[in-house]
Amino acid sequence: MIKKREIDDKKQWFLYPANLRTKTLVIIALSALIIVSIFVCGYFIRDIPTSFISANQMPSFEHIFGTDWMGRDMFQRTVAGLGLSIMVGFIASVISTIISIVLGLFSSFNKFADECVAGIIDLFGSIPHILLIILVSIMFGGGVIGVVMGVGLTHWTPLARVLRSEVKEIRTKEYIHLAENLGRSKVWIATKHILPLIVSQIIVGVILMFPHAIMHEAAITFLGFGLPPHEPAIGVILSESMHYLSSGYWWLAFYPGMSLLIVVLLFDFIGENVEKLLNPETAQE
Amino acid sequence: MNKNQLLKFFGYKLVRFIILILVVAIFSFILIDLSPIDPVNAYLRQAAVSEAQRQILENYFGTNVPLTTKIFHWLMDLIHLDLGTSLIYRAPVIDIIIDKASASIVLMAISWILSGVIGFAMGVVAGKNKGSWIDKAVKVYCYAIQSAPSFWVGMLILMVFAVYLGWFPIGFGVPIGVKSTDATFMEWASRLVLPALTLSLVGLAPIAMYTRNELIQVLSSDYVLFAKSRGEKGWDLVKNHGIRNILLPAVTLQFLSFSELFGGAVLVEQVFSYPGVGQTAVAAGLNSDVPLFLGIVIFSAIFVFVGNLLADLSYYLIDPRIKESEFND
Repeated sequence: MIKKREIDDKKQWFLYPANLRTKTLVIIALSALIIVSIFVCGYFIRDIPTSFISANQMPSFEHIFGTDWMGRDMFQRTVAGLGLSIMVGFIASVISTIISIVLGLFSSFNKFADECVAGIIDLFGSIPHILLIILVSIMFGGGVIGVVMGVGLTHWTPLARVLRSEVKEIRTKEYIHLAENLGRSKVWIATKHILPLIVSQIIVGVILMFPHAIMHEAAITFLGFGLPPHEPAIGVILSESMHYLSSGYWWLAFYPGMSLLIVVLLFDFIGENVEKLLNPETAQE
Repeated sequence: MNKNQLLKFFGYKLVRFIILILVVAIFSFILIDLSPIDPVNAYLRQAAVSEAQRQILENYFGTNVPLTTKIFHWLMDLIHLDLGTSLIYRAPVIDIIIDKASASIVLMAISWILSGVIGFAMGVVAGKNKGSWIDKAVKVYCYAIQSAPSFWVGMLILMVFAVYLGWFPIGFGVPIGVKSTDATFMEWASRLVLPALTLSLVGLAPIAMYTRNELIQVLSSDYVLFAKSRGEKGWDLVKNHGIRNILLPAVTLQFLSFSELFGGAVLVEQVFSYPGVGQTAVAAGLNSDVPLFLGIVIFSAIFVFVGNLLADLSYYLIDPRIKESEFND
């Protein structure tokens, strides 16, 4: 059923006429710009001045997120924390991606390898995610390494599952059999014939992995397993603000959590829009 | 459904269950064994002891025993349901887990049911009125709540309802200074409201989104078009053709969410200081209480397995099409 879509390219979109593709690209670029600027700002915020005169202030124009018990500006702390979270999320995503690519390609070798990969995925799925992260971070002795490895070694399952089913389908193709008959090695087939076909899945998977990694990093730090208390991480800020909840210092918890939510949403936006562009079914709309 | 098939089904599941628990037990044990936690130090908590006493303790905890022997002993004890003694509570792990899990399961059951019912209703309303402001509101809510850390949502609820409005106590399972066995039902229930509310608000997003998308798909199908042309409309149409189709996958999805439910409970219990198994797991992890932590990991694996089993069963028992055909597993 092929129907010609009504094209409303002529319609004004903000300043100039644009089609869906341009709009999508603009959304991606804007979101990416915000995230990169948060990351860069967070990197440069090192010493946040303390002043006990202006401790525990309500949000005002001078301190738009208020100040904490040491008089530190909460906006600066939040940005620094977000920068840290993005970095941890980035490293963890890289680790997870490598694992899922390796496992996905490994599952193409033979039926036994495929069953092995399925078993490992099942095992990681059978323990609640947060307990698994705690377990792995305990294994690495906690701290920064613990949280990075904990988040990194446990987020590969959704992507690995997608890749495995994708690989399964590709393996039934004619040219794979042909390559096998020509005596190519399994590794050669996996890297030359299968990997190029799953690249777009990997890209989308990585971007959608990011927000989960960031949220879990914050959660694990909030529980006290992750980053040490002197780091300006979002989880640390939030668990600190728990002590001031009953005093009514709502801004200590509200704004940092809200900023985390916005960053996570931005990553989701980017992921969905990139998927729209890469998926051949929706790319032409 | 004949008896033979049922037996085969449960036999298969039982075998899977045993293998899974074995693998989880070994896997988590190896992870903990690789960690830098020293059982003797964790037991002593910086208490000063003589070298000879330390030697006795090292022998007791088996620090120099090879890993394979340790795993073997661990599995043997596991078969006898002996999970060891907790280091922070100084009581058998199994008793602590049973005690804490009952509190947790009440919390999780309430929020599981609430999130399922409310989420499904929201999804149906949003899907029926696709494109309206209700649909947009539900969508925005679901996106926002899925991106929000659940402990932060808990903190906001705590701030609004407990600190500002003062309707509910701030935390803990029972009032301070009252034994958990002496607390009245109201005291106990009033402390359950906020954690359950948080877990339900967080948990209803996936089910609402799923129901909405499925309902929209069903409503755009040909047979709904035919039903419309026969004159069915409004709520009756949704009830007769939509809900019947989407209820089953929604129920299954809800059963499959046991893992996230447990994860959410860990965080929410921590925020509300609710004395459940999640808070105990965090305390055990922070204080290097290895036996208790491993016990909770195994308990959670059983919990998730039960959820998946119920999801399979719900498919098999509810859907007449699957009941007729043989299952392939």
